[in-house]
Amino acid sequence: MPLKVVILRIDLIKMIKQLISLHSLRGWLFSFGLLALAVILLPVLNIFIPEESFLHVPDYIFPLLGKYLCYALVALAIDLIWGYTGILSLGHGVFFSMGGYAMGMYLMRSIGKEGMYKSDLPDFMVFLDWKELPWYWYGFDHFSISLLAILVLPGLFAFVFGYFAFRSRIKGVYFAIITQAMTYALMLLFFRNDTGFGGNNGLTDFKRILGYSLQEPSTKMSLFIITAIVLFLSYILSRYIVKSKLGRVLTAIRDVESRVMFSGYNTLNYKLFIWTLSAFLCGIAGALYVPQVGIINPSEMQPANSIEMAIWVAVGGRGTLVGAILGAGLINVAKSWFTVAAPDYWLYFLGVLFISVTLFLPKGLIGIFDRFSSQNKNKKL
Amino acid sequence: MNSENTQVKDDLIDTRHGCILYLENITVSFDGFKALDDLNLYIDDGELRCIIGPNGAGKTTMMDVITGKTRPDKGTVFFGQSMDLTQMTEYEISHAGIGRKFQKPTVFKNHTVFENLELALHAKKDIWTSLFKYLTEEQKETINETLKTIGLMEYSKTRAGLLAHGQTQWLEIGMLLVQDPRLLLIDEPVAGMTHQETEQTAELLSSLAGKHSVVVVEHEMDFIRSIANRVTVLHEGHVLAEGSMQDVQNDPNVIEVYLGS
Repeated sequence: MPLKVVILRIDLIKMIKQLISLHSLRGWLFSFGLLALAVILLPVLNIFIPEESFLHVPDYIFPLLGKYLCYALVALAIDLIWGYTGILSLGHGVFFSMGGYAMGMYLMRSIGKEGMYKSDLPDFMVFLDWKELPWYWYGFDHFSISLLAILVLPGLFAFVFGYFAFRSRIKGVYFAIITQAMTYALMLLFFRNDTGFGGNNGLTDFKRILGYSLQEPSTKMSLFIITAIVLFLSYILSRYIVKSKLGRVLTAIRDVESRVMFSGYNTLNYKLFIWTLSAFLCGIAGALYVPQVGIINPSEMQPANSIEMAIWVAVGGRGTLVGAILGAGLINVAKSWFTVAAPDYWLYFLGVLFISVTLFLPKGLIGIFDRFSSQNKNKKL
Repeated sequence: MNSENTQVKDDLIDTRHGCILYLENITVSFDGFKALDDLNLYIDDGELRCIIGPNGAGKTTMMDVITGKTRPDKGTVFFGQSMDLTQMTEYEISHAGIGRKFQKPTVFKNHTVFENLELALHAKKDIWTSLFKYLTEEQKETINETLKTIGLMEYSKTRAGLLAHGQTQWLEIGMLLVQDPRLLLIDEPVAGMTHQETEQTAELLSSLAGKHSVVVVEHEMDFIRSIANRVTVLHEGHVLAEGSMQDVQNDPNVIEVYLGS
């Protein structure tokens, strides 16, 4: 049989039109405005405004904001699978950690012989009296291979996990529970010293990335800028997906999956696609998070962490993308404040917030804006 | 270019013997209760068949078996002479050309009427197409024509969840039409419809026969009388009687089941 050449034809002009129509003019101005604020205005205010001025942006703000943007990317990823496709995952901490560990391994290898024990091996391995690098650490001295691992491993793991779960038609609460079990099991695995990822201390004491010192303010600022751009591009990608026919199929699966199947769609493929993409974005978020925060350890895989991620989305507003980003940002700013001012009350606050949003704002915080704008429309009528 | 976009293989269904659907010796049991018990049913190509029977006779289970939702414990289901439906998944069966309307109207409530039809439309349904291809003019035309047929043209941009009950039923029928199946399975199409809507539905379904094969499950006797030339009566999971409406009505077995002894 002659090999059939598959020509991947895309109608470019229509696609560009589609891209432009993702937002109204105001929407585009707003999103590019936010991006410019992050990647131009903040750095300028940091570099060119003297420190005495109240307009000066201090150095510490960049890793902090960078961390929030990573969380926002996680929330965006969860919104795709939960808000649009109706599949609640309480295990996204795993994909986040996988990306994070892959980056962490690269950063560990970049330390070279400058660790506490002046050895070529990472400190924790010397401490465990290991003589050579385990095979799965091979290649992580190279950034390119580490990057490949970051881009491939979380998605691949999600694909395999998702394939078996979706093929068995596991849905709803059952799916949420097995994702919790997944993150718990992997957390226990990573806690073990023998697993080879630093046990409960995880990976830390990083020195440099791509040769640039992680202590340098300019490196921190660059990481923040990269994170902002990645978040922006991921948002546009997600927006394109949910506005395409694929997005309509996903929401249709969320609403009545059987009808979608009887309409001739292989829903397994659709669910797998968006699930894998979601894990992929989450892995990138983890990889960007680690150099900015300076540590990755198994506690990122605590079941409660993944639940908190879902709460960001619920509070911000499911199925809106913007809501997820907003929710992640607001809750984490609140968390930063609470854990300093009243650390004992943070979980109570989170619980009350979650319950009240569920009761009074089923569409999340973004629903408030919608309500206002629809009221305005009604007035005009 | 459009042809490869819209064309799905139709010619695989072998109806040379005049029959499009063969159900043979089907048995389905749930926890010992036999929902279908050695059921044999043949549907001719282009025929409009009505299936009636008291509650629990196995009508919906039969639809589930044909569409792949339920696997039979015993028996064979063939679409045409060569396609074994018991080995296929729901979406493959749908692609092969069997469309189904549910007993409870099931449309995508959060999508507009137009989008509902777009999703159901007979086209490639893989991920790549959904991401990067857009509706062709031809496809838009098909959708608009269907909107006219089902009388929902002016509701094109309305969210389907806001439609009245009868309109929802029609939308679901419309979704079957754009799917352009060889065989339509229609479960209680006129439940909750007004008298006039019922008449219009009868007209629509009658007009479909010939080009498509149509199997209708219904309780509403007047409706059946107005469309059916052949009626099958199911009872306790097997065929009790088959024939014209008049034959069936005069069948002593049927009378006993319906009126009790």
